[in-house]
Amino acid sequence: MESPVLEVKALTKRYRETEAVKDLSFTVRPGEIVGLLGPNGAGKTTTIDMILGVLKPTKGSIVIGGRDVASDRSEALFLTNFAAVYAQLPGNLTVYQNLKIFGLIYGVKELEKKIRKTIADFDLEKFKNVKCGILSSGEQTRVSLAKAMLNDPRLLLLDEPTASLDPSTAEIIRRKIQDHVSGNRAGVLWTSHNMYEVTDVCDRVLFLSHGEILLEGDPKILPREYGKKNLEELFIAITREPLIVESI
Amino acid sequence: MDFKRIYAIFLRQIYLIRGTGTRFIQIFIWIVVDITLWGFISKYLTDLTGSGFSFMAIFIGAVLLWDFSTQVMQGVTMLFFEDVWSRNFLNMFASPLRISEYVSGLVLVSVGRSILALIVMLLLASFAFGFSMIVYGAFLALFVFILFLFGIALGLVGISIVLRWGPSAEWFIWPIPALLSPFVGVFYPLTILPSWMQAVGWLLPPSYVFTGVRTLIEGGTLSVPALLGGLALAAVYIIAAYALFLMVYRKAIKTGLIARYSAETVV
Repeated sequence: MESPVLEVKALTKRYRETEAVKDLSFTVRPGEIVGLLGPNGAGKTTTIDMILGVLKPTKGSIVIGGRDVASDRSEALFLTNFAAVYAQLPGNLTVYQNLKIFGLIYGVKELEKKIRKTIADFDLEKFKNVKCGILSSGEQTRVSLAKAMLNDPRLLLLDEPTASLDPSTAEIIRRKIQDHVSGNRAGVLWTSHNMYEVTDVCDRVLFLSHGEILLEGDPKILPREYGKKNLEELFIAITREPLIVESI
Repeated sequence: MDFKRIYAIFLRQIYLIRGTGTRFIQIFIWIVVDITLWGFISKYLTDLTGSGFSFMAIFIGAVLLWDFSTQVMQGVTMLFFEDVWSRNFLNMFASPLRISEYVSGLVLVSVGRSILALIVMLLLASFAFGFSMIVYGAFLALFVFILFLFGIALGLVGISIVLRWGPSAEWFIWPIPALLSPFVGVFYPLTILPSWMQAVGWLLPPSYVFTGVRTLIEGGTLSVPALLGGLALAAVYIIAAYALFLMVYRKAIKTGLIARYSAETVV
């Protein structure tokens, strides 16, 4: 069996009296897309921040492709990349310039060729020399995703990646991410509030509530197991009445 | 250390300067104003006293060296502020970029920026006021090096303050060189200061440079051990300032400040 792309063990983050993430353990295997779901404040972004090395866990460990983020941060993050709605690329640089800078930082080989391909893949040719700050929010999201895919990461972290995209573009982007996953045996940790999207792309979901995993399983099967019509209905039920999980 | 990543930080500044003329002009505007102002003041004082003593070497040389150190500091802080203003911390620090590579990139930008500024200042001082740094002889390289190290240290302290207390602390960074200038004797010997100010002054490496500058102009013998002491002090400042930045960065990682850094973040 292939070793996991991401292995999170007993991850905890405590802010004074508040425990934002409690003893969280999960893995993302090669070729797998895992959805991290939960209401606002459930600990999803805190978990992603810890995986990205920008937030130090109170305890626990994070291993990306066999590299421990705590002791081997740069090498571990070399294998990853991310896109998040709250982390747009600098608006005072053009699309090309941003990709060039981050391509150098992520050590992308044959960078110019890769930038050309990525720009074409994300339909950004006409914006190549346009400053990101004057692009629409959907176009900026595509640039962020282009940057996230530039180094063919083994682990891709996506925090609501399609939030500002129109349904057609979102669908195209989802297929590109799925192609990347199957083509490179990569793993993806994906947070989204769009349950239809999660059902469509994720192989497995983790429901987070108050920093703990409440529920885990296949998003296509899970709703039926809990007597719900679809994932959205299950999400609403769990968010409003977390005890239904324990009662079944 | 990965030199490509350091180059990425440097290249970003080149892109930014190339993209906006104001960033380029901003490097020169204050130094041109300073050199022009002090050039005419020196000329006036030389004419007024009529003693044959040239105030040019005292004032223009001092302003030029102090502005150089300020430019070095701003080279570090400005690029850091670009990340603050464009809310780019998460993209930068959630990447394989090491903090040592990031700081090296800032220093590299600062070297480029301060060399440009120094060339412009030397040309202006020479063509407009007939002043040449050759009067400082071989010591010039040492003066410049000490001030460069001190400028980098000030820059690192500046970005540590902004990282710790948020972008609203930015206003505190710009006046730092002006606040220090009375203590380091840019325009006068430290001996005219009250004893407590002298004590502070001798703890600051530029004091050794400006004391050396005046000694050379007055035809005295410059104390090489004292100047080397200033150099050693500047090295201590660099190490301490880098340690301070590392400490603040680690604290920001622990509290989550880096991930949440925004316009009014204060932990």
